[in-house]
Amino acid sequence: MRDLKEIQLAMQPPMVEGDHDFGSVSDKIGDITLKKKTPFHWFIGFGIAFIVAQLLMMTVTTLLARGIGIWGNNQPVGWAFDIINFVWWIGIGHAGTLISAILLLLNQKWRTSINRFAEAMTLFAVACAAMFPLLHTGRPWLAAYWLFPYPNTMGIWPQFRSPLIWDVFAVSTYATISLLFWYVGLIPDLATLRDRAKNKYFKFLYGIFSWGWRGSARHWHRYEIAYLILAGISTPLVLSVHSIVSFDFSVSQVPGWHATFFPPYFVAGAIYAGFAMVLILCIPLRVWYGMKDFITDTHLIYMGKVMLATGLIVVYSYVMEAFFGWYSASQYEQFMIYNRIWTGPYWYMYWLLILCNGMSIQLLWFKRFRESPFWLFLISIVVSIGMWLERFVIIVTSLNRDFLPSSWAMYSPTMFDWSMFIGTIGFFFTLIYLFVRFLPIISIFEVRTLLPAANVHGHPSDFDESVLGVEYTYDRTDPPNK
Amino acid sequence: MKENLYGLLAEFDSPTELVDAANAVREAGYTKTDAFSPFPIHEIDEALGIKRSILPVLIFFGGITGTLLGVSLQVFVHYIDYPLNVGGRPFLSWLSFVPPAYELTILLAGFTAVFGMLFLNGLPRPYHPVFNVPRFALATREKFFLLIESADPKYGYDDTRALLQRLDPQEVFDVPE
Repeated sequence: MRDLKEIQLAMQPPMVEGDHDFGSVSDKIGDITLKKKTPFHWFIGFGIAFIVAQLLMMTVTTLLARGIGIWGNNQPVGWAFDIINFVWWIGIGHAGTLISAILLLLNQKWRTSINRFAEAMTLFAVACAAMFPLLHTGRPWLAAYWLFPYPNTMGIWPQFRSPLIWDVFAVSTYATISLLFWYVGLIPDLATLRDRAKNKYFKFLYGIFSWGWRGSARHWHRYEIAYLILAGISTPLVLSVHSIVSFDFSVSQVPGWHATFFPPYFVAGAIYAGFAMVLILCIPLRVWYGMKDFITDTHLIYMGKVMLATGLIVVYSYVMEAFFGWYSASQYEQFMIYNRIWTGPYWYMYWLLILCNGMSIQLLWFKRFRESPFWLFLISIVVSIGMWLERFVIIVTSLNRDFLPSSWAMYSPTMFDWSMFIGTIGFFFTLIYLFVRFLPIISIFEVRTLLPAANVHGHPSDFDESVLGVEYTYDRTDPPNK
Repeated sequence: MKENLYGLLAEFDSPTELVDAANAVREAGYTKTDAFSPFPIHEIDEALGIKRSILPVLIFFGGITGTLLGVSLQVFVHYIDYPLNVGGRPFLSWLSFVPPAYELTILLAGFTAVFGMLFLNGLPRPYHPVFNVPRFALATREKFFLLIESADPKYGYDDTRALLQRLDPQEVFDVPE
């Protein structure tokens, strides 16, 4: 008689499809970087992304030469695209940490084949995010003493009572820990590539970056401890980062920002946007690189379900936001919500947001849409747009009509606002393309542990028997896994 | 009897064989042993008699250092070095010191986890005698290896080789120094 855990394990849908052994897994994933000719579509995609990234370079150059006046920010809308895009990118990053850390702690096996590139996505998204506040300072070379407690001859310090400085600590810690987590996961795989590479330069480079990893049992022992503890500390970290990002707003007095429910609202929105981006990346990736054995339809369905769940939390937050505005009995809050939804100049942005974030995901209730990669891809793009609109609505509609009508003003982005935003998207995809080309996109050693042969005392026949046993005991007529 | 060997390396096909062999070698009294596998195998820790690492303790103290650093930094800045009256709020407004101290806790714990792991593992170490065996390149791919070092008190070339052969490996290799 097997224990319950093993029976549950046997009844899960397989996380690796096809007929694979340890060697074929290593080849299939490793060969993308080592053996196969770089596919033509890689050059096309990389070329487009790289060209689009030049928009960022152009904007940053102009910005440093002429100052942040090239953006459309004004009074009272002192924060606009810079913080919208910052929050949008940071949010996208959160799904990577959720997949790599929280799902690891929850023992969700399906995270294994998507965690590597989800973590890469986190790193690149945080890099894009960090650019916005840094460049919003106008003179980023002075940011060392504006942002960090750098002892300077003027004897001044950052204000630690401000959420903006909490943000500096949260985001820089998040970027560092994400990098460490990603790199630690890469070490054994880099060793695999080192031992397999024929080109001596690549062999040398992979050798350097794998630090001489040789798969010793003692090393694995400490490695697993370090990996698990990193996951354990990343979990509260990722929740704290977006909570602190939301404090940037909720600690202020501005109507529409001053709300206690912002932290969970923002965290749910971040995971929602992040899973959308993971789907946008992995649906084409698994087709182009023939990774359907590892990123199975089951993975996509699970991600669709996470998106539906977090999306519903976000929709609930929209309802609560309107309710709080009405229930606050503060005329400014009440005005803000009417202005945002109905009477204000940006009312259509709000309804676009509801359409993208609230309506579109309702399709995921239905199996037909959830199981179709095409629809998942489409819905993910719509959700990404919706999450950007959400930040626009929160930031611009709250600021452009605040307390005194005499200080109201409209906001419209300039060409440089758009070129910077679109440029970071190009930069993001440039990095993603380089990552896909030079590093293993799926964690090879973790996929090996998913194979039945990795089980020390287990024999596949035991599993069949135990599942059959359950069927007889409970008189089940439907086959397992369905 | 061969001289100048680092040890003997036996190759196995599956993790189950490796764990069984490691158990047998430990029961035969060998202590300077190691196993190499392409992925972590939890059963091997017990089979080889690997003690639980001190790493979690180090990480705990790394985290505590981060907390203390964060708290003392902020208390120094806002209470000792440059007290700034903002709307009559207390100088020692400890609630607002929580987020930076918390982030520094995680940062230093993370650094300790990664660099502590590498340090205790003796990495980076680009060269190791086991790399002299050409088949060892498969240890990061699909094969499982068991090593007995020549420094082991029970080591004797012929005896040890015979023991490893009895464990039904694919092959037993001499590992040159």
